[in-house]
Amino acid sequence: MTLASRLTRLAFPLVALVSAALAQDTIKIGEYASLTGKEASLGQSSHQGTILAVERINAAGGVLGRKLELITEDTQSKPGESGTAVRKLISRDKVVAILGEVASSRSLEGAPIAQRSKVPMISPASTNPKVTEIGDYIFRVCFIDPFQGPVMAKFALNTLKVKRVGLMVSSSSAYSVGLAKYFKEAFTAAGGTIVIEQKYQEGDRDFKAQLTAIRAAGVEAIFNPGYYNEGALMVKQARDLGITVPMFGADSWEAEALIQLGGKAIEGVFLCSHYSPQDPSPRVQEFVDAYRQRWGEGFAPDSNASLGYDSVLVLADAIRRAGSTDRAAIRDALAATKDFEAVTGTITIDPKRDASKSAVIITVKDGRFQYVETINP
Amino acid sequence: MTEFLQQLLNGLSLGAVYALIALGYTMVYGVLRFINFAHSDVFMVGAFIGYYAGRLVPEGTIWGGIAVLLTAMVGCSLLGMRIEKTAYRPLREPIEFNLVTILAALIGGGAAFYLTRDVFPSDYAIALRIISCWAAAEAASWLARRTGLKIVLQRTRGGAPTLNVLITAIGVSLLLEYSGQLIFGAAPRTFPAIFPSLNFHVGGLTISTNQLCVIGVAAFLLVVLQFIVFRTRIGTAMRAVSMNPKAAALMGVNNDVVIAFTFALGSALAGAGGILYAVNYPSIDPLMGVMPGLKAFVAAILGGIGNIPGAALGGLLLGTVETFVAGSEWSTYKDAIAFAILIVILLFRPAGLLGRFTIEKV
Repeated sequence: MTLASRLTRLAFPLVALVSAALAQDTIKIGEYASLTGKEASLGQSSHQGTILAVERINAAGGVLGRKLELITEDTQSKPGESGTAVRKLISRDKVVAILGEVASSRSLEGAPIAQRSKVPMISPASTNPKVTEIGDYIFRVCFIDPFQGPVMAKFALNTLKVKRVGLMVSSSSAYSVGLAKYFKEAFTAAGGTIVIEQKYQEGDRDFKAQLTAIRAAGVEAIFNPGYYNEGALMVKQARDLGITVPMFGADSWEAEALIQLGGKAIEGVFLCSHYSPQDPSPRVQEFVDAYRQRWGEGFAPDSNASLGYDSVLVLADAIRRAGSTDRAAIRDALAATKDFEAVTGTITIDPKRDASKSAVIITVKDGRFQYVETINP
Repeated sequence: MTEFLQQLLNGLSLGAVYALIALGYTMVYGVLRFINFAHSDVFMVGAFIGYYAGRLVPEGTIWGGIAVLLTAMVGCSLLGMRIEKTAYRPLREPIEFNLVTILAALIGGGAAFYLTRDVFPSDYAIALRIISCWAAAEAASWLARRTGLKIVLQRTRGGAPTLNVLITAIGVSLLLEYSGQLIFGAAPRTFPAIFPSLNFHVGGLTISTNQLCVIGVAAFLLVVLQFIVFRTRIGTAMRAVSMNPKAAALMGVNNDVVIAFTFALGSALAGAGGILYAVNYPSIDPLMGVMPGLKAFVAAILGGIGNIPGAALGGLLLGTVETFVAGSEWSTYKDAIAFAILIVILLFRPAGLLGRFTIEKV
């Protein structure tokens, strides 16, 4: 027997003992998020919100007299990583519940595994309805696209006062395809016309071809249900092509990177959000202060941060009401969540395990996100 | 009509970038008969060199832009030569792995990396540390070679099959991509506007100086390349090695120098391509080379691999077709249709548009 293998034989039981001892003291919560990669801006915000919530709950004495322990896995914004991350959290770390992901496509990868293992999962910001349809262990704390689509349609018709809209849809994102569909249904039902619908794929950088076609079609506004990376380049290229009509996106545009990538061209675009840090309500202001204090002025408490925060709050509340860390008991408590006062609004989990809440419209002005209006369901 | 011209312009500027990358693929293939898959990642490194260098020059000036372009080209050609020497040459010809030089390089590089940890301003720290680490490693191994000390770990026999070199190239490609993620982070960065950017309108047509700049630089580099290959001594040597390496060596051509030069030239073009791409699509990340690299590879095959005007033609054609499809109602299928056209063309012209099965490769 070599020295190395002897050492490992010694070390394994030791590690197992230590981790077993630790497990007695904490409640393990898993989190999978896009901390790096294309959508890192969204994932990092959500992650920071999550950490803040865990720290504050622990500072206040934890849950059921035990501290929360957050175990985080990075999905690198890549397809295929979420399944591995969730599997790891469940089988290696034995977490009682899972938080994540921001992107719907990746939540759809992770959720079936959580469902099969009967581990409750709460997505902070995946808005595609299919996510919670996966099973009775999957929840979310954000609104869903069948709500967000009509909100943007209402906004286009009533606030922008446009009737002819061009769509830029990412055909490789579940979020984008779904949201485009709900927008189209609501917009055409209310008398608007989708003049042209152009497709692109995640990771594309050149949108000039599609935008040239949209320009030729004569639209009054352009809607891009997609992520901030492509959105920023798209707006920039549209302005380069001399397209001056209003452009708007949805909640996945809300990232500081949108403004950095888009520069001056991004001024005046509109997007949908889950809440606004400029909301004067004490609940929001208290969160904004705490967030700034914890992460510094450089980080904006955007909606992903607040949703990440809320996902922990909702989970902690459910564990408290369940009175145990039994996964099935937590699931039942989550499903019974009613009128829970969270940062992004009052959360009631409906029979489809979705949260019904209001949405806000924000714009980019002087390189910052500014509140425009609130639209109720 | 306006829309048609606009799409044509969009397509040509995209195709010009593909063409620049395709030239590198085609030249290496012409000389060595293998596809250098790491080429698309040299393209990415070019964009990152531009990202750091671009913040040192004032934004939106022509001389600043040209300085950045040249920096990236020089940086990439050094990288290309280093890749060739480290990864591909040992497979091609007999080589001795000398423990003394390897250790010297590791110690020199490691020491430089450690010593420079607090030296540079934080924005540039990682870039400058890598450069100093690389330079120190090269210097240390050079000094070690001068001592004449040798502890030979392994002698390779060389003459590995082309397929093995190809697999090595894929390895180098992945190494660059994921080291890039480690060093620069995977999140996209905003590329500075190094060239003056203006849009002017002719009729309904919007022309941006960036698009013209891409097409102009690509055309200029193509002409320079044709000149080097057909009008200079080193170009003649490249063609000689391409036709028959053994005979060329017997005629007094130093194959190693020619091959190193080919890599330097091809990588410089990739570096230029990286800058031009980033100027037009100012969001760069370590995996940005994958898709354009694949398209450029296809363009090189389409034009007839090994043929320089062919690579340029293939690039322009692919870029234009892709743009026209993306601007039509079948935009979902833009890559599928572009590649289907490739299949059809290859059915009728198996050697590519301008390719011939024999003579005049490079």
